[in-house]
Amino acid sequence: MKFENYMILEFPSKSCNEAFARSAVSCFAAQMDPTIEELGDIRTAVSEAVTNAIVHGYPQGLGLITLRCRILKDHVLDIVVKDRGVGIADIEKARQPMYSTGGNDRSGMGITIMESFMTDVNIQSEPGKGTTVHMRRKLQRKK
Amino acid sequence: MQFTSFLEDGTLTVVLTGEIDHHCAKRYIQAIDAKVEAYTPAVCILDFSEVSFIDSSGVAVVINALRAMKRMGGRLLLTGIGSQPMKVFQAAGVDKIIEIKEVTV
Repeated sequence: MKFENYMILEFPSKSCNEAFARSAVSCFAAQMDPTIEELGDIRTAVSEAVTNAIVHGYPQGLGLITLRCRILKDHVLDIVVKDRGVGIADIEKARQPMYSTGGNDRSGMGITIMESFMTDVNIQSEPGKGTTVHMRRKLQRKK
Repeated sequence: MQFTSFLEDGTLTVVLTGEIDHHCAKRYIQAIDAKVEAYTPAVCILDFSEVSFIDSSGVAVVINALRAMKRMGGRLLLTGIGSQPMKVFQAAGVDKIIEIKEVTV
């Protein structure tokens, strides 16, 4: 078995689901006995990925967002946030700190924050088909 | 979104509360802009001691407050920042461009 446990959630791209998504992941990750700091990092990264899907994946209206979490061996939390929205034409440009196509309520730091809080972040996107953010965080085992 | 604010000797203090994400950021930005324009304070303090979580939208809130204060030649200060918001501010480089009065952990 490649994973020890998993969960899959699907919800519409409403901004109130940003808080729901990070809380759900936080509850799921609790079984790994994370530190407060690790939990804060994971909640932040999930919030960024889900917000990007809402703001940039579905700028014109509501669409579905899928959130999958798996606990892998060696105490690794694996998170996938997927939308089937408009996609990102230039991922490298989107990764640049301060770059944003959003309004003044966006800082352009979302991907930078995801990358600094998670062990691995991989973004795949195709215009017209959607975006998938795949993140991993290795957690420390408490002694 | 809930916040309180008060003006004392030309200093506007805005006490933010709860979790600041994209869902509520725009309303915070508009509310802070409106207070700054109404009172034209020399100093604006954003008090984060009641804030339990922020993401990059929280960064946008402080950057907008900084712009609003700079437009009038005033100063922006952040205070009472907990460990999770502080980590986000540091990852975004906010601590290098905005004055932080004290750190609570």
